[in-house]
Amino acid sequence: MLKVENINSFYDRTQVLRDFSLSAEAGRVLCVMGRNGAGKTTVLKSIMGLIRPHSGRVIIDGTDIAPLQAEEAPRHGIGYVPQGRRLFSELSVADNIEIGLMARGSGQDVRERVLDFFPVLRERFYQRAGTLSGGEQQMLAIARALCLDPCVLLLDEPTEGLMPAMIARIGEVVLKLKSHGVAVILVEQRVDAVLRIADRVLFVENGRSRETVEAEVLRKTPEMLERYLGVGQ
Amino acid sequence: MDFGPYLLLATLEGAVGAAVLALTALGLALVFGVMRIVNVAHGAFFMLGAIIAWWVADRLGVGSALNFLAALIIAPLAVGAVAVVAERSVLRRLNYNPESTIVATIGLLYVIEQVALMTYGPDARPVVAPWDFRIQLPWFGYSGYKILVIGASIAILLAVWWGLTRTRIGLMMRATQFDSETARAFAIPVDLVYGGVFAFGAMLAAVGAVLVVPIQQAHYLMGTDPLLLSFIVVIVGGLGSLRGTVLAAVIIGLSDGIISVFFTPTLAKIIATLAVATILIVRPRGLFGTRPT
Ligand SMILES: Nc1ncnc2c1ncn2[C@@H]1O[C@H](COP(=O)(O)OP(=O)(O)OP(=O)(O)O)[C@@H](O)[C@H]1O
Ligand SMILES: [Mg+2]
Repeated sequence: MLKVENINSFYDRTQVLRDFSLSAEAGRVLCVMGRNGAGKTTVLKSIMGLIRPHSGRVIIDGTDIAPLQAEEAPRHGIGYVPQGRRLFSELSVADNIEIGLMARGSGQDVRERVLDFFPVLRERFYQRAGTLSGGEQQMLAIARALCLDPCVLLLDEPTEGLMPAMIARIGEVVLKLKSHGVAVILVEQRVDAVLRIADRVLFVENGRSRETVEAEVLRKTPEMLERYLGVGQ
Repeated sequence: MDFGPYLLLATLEGAVGAAVLALTALGLALVFGVMRIVNVAHGAFFMLGAIIAWWVADRLGVGSALNFLAALIIAPLAVGAVAVVAERSVLRRLNYNPESTIVATIGLLYVIEQVALMTYGPDARPVVAPWDFRIQLPWFGYSGYKILVIGASIAILLAVWWGLTRTRIGLMMRATQFDSETARAFAIPVDLVYGGVFAFGAMLAAVGAVLVVPIQQAHYLMGTDPLLLSFIVVIVGGLGSLRGTVLAAVIIGLSDGIISVFFTPTLAKIIATLAVATILIVRPRGLFGTRPT
């Protein structure tokens, strides 16, 4: 589905990712974990082409999009829910949705499906996105990405700052997408959420991809978490 | 003339100034809003529009109405083309860095002025108004062309507003303005948007200039006042706010025109500047500015 092979990414002269690799599979959830500043967000930005890796490949549908324009990632069906939501908060819910639809030329049917998925957005359709509650904003950020009818969905800490009920709802959404065959890459810090949702967990340390572990294994040997995250559960 | 009619005359003059200023300032505001670029060459684009308009009318010589109409189409397109070249060859290479682009557009201003001086020369030349009918009011006759300028400006402003709020291209521009990185993650061709906005901003200045040349002659230094007034308008309106920009253009254009008629243009500029300073003390982000920049 999506393969990242040995990418090296920089901010100006500072190297952040070193020989980073991962792979995402249809209908499976890959959780990415690592300490603050480990480079998780940079991985997603590199996949989206918002940062162009100096070397390495980002392969989707057999095409290496790493050297291409940023438009290629969404055109190939990679939906992105950025850290901190990054809604167009001055624009209406409708406009935010429209931007998602335009990204891949999706039709009204996709819009209706997405709005059926998040009925609250229908109620708030003409409201400015910035006036929604935190949870609703996160729903909109996910809805906007789903408007691409994505085959790969990247979610960067979607539960950050949300109440438990909302966190549970986002978990449901991810599982539902998984059942629809979407390949999900989820950056998440909450161990409980990860253990519940993930099929596999990839640990990131200092910009390098360390092991990828089946979630089953992690549930049995939570000591691994301590090694990479410095947390005891 | 009695005070009443005199005030009406002054208000009409002010409205003409406001109409042209609104177009010019809107161009500057769009470029600043979307690209975060302070375009010091904006006045030079204005001047270039006026000079090309004169040149088109002079070469064509098919009657004042057609000459003018041709100038109104050709001059903005030519200025837009110059702007695209400048954007692709200079601003883009500077990565749209806010400080470097100020220096670059200052350079562009001098280049355009020098080229204008070397080709067009130091003289001021008029373009004949497309119509010379006068509207006869009970107290005085008033140029029908000037009324047309006001109408044309309102029509263009409405069209721009419609384009920005009701079309997909407008939505792409606004998305780019608010968050260019996220816009790119949704396949918006930010690069093209930047080139288009820069050209369009320059074209708005050129349209304002073409409208103005039948009233005020074309001259290679005519861009300074529109540039400075546009800066004032954009700052008072609230950086990046298009509504605020148009409102501020109307206020400043009108008061500038009225004070110029009753007193002197210089006094008008002094008063406008003081008023702006006062507004900025009370509302540091301008009339409609909301977000800190
Ligand atoms: N725009 C930037 N310019 C320069 N350095 C940056 C930039 N963004 C991030 N970095 C640096 O790159 C490294 C990785 O950052 P990144 O945001 O990818 O980490 P992260 O794992 O997502 O962290 P967090 O858990 O806090 O979100 C950090 O050291 C950070 O300081
Ligand atoms: Mg991050």
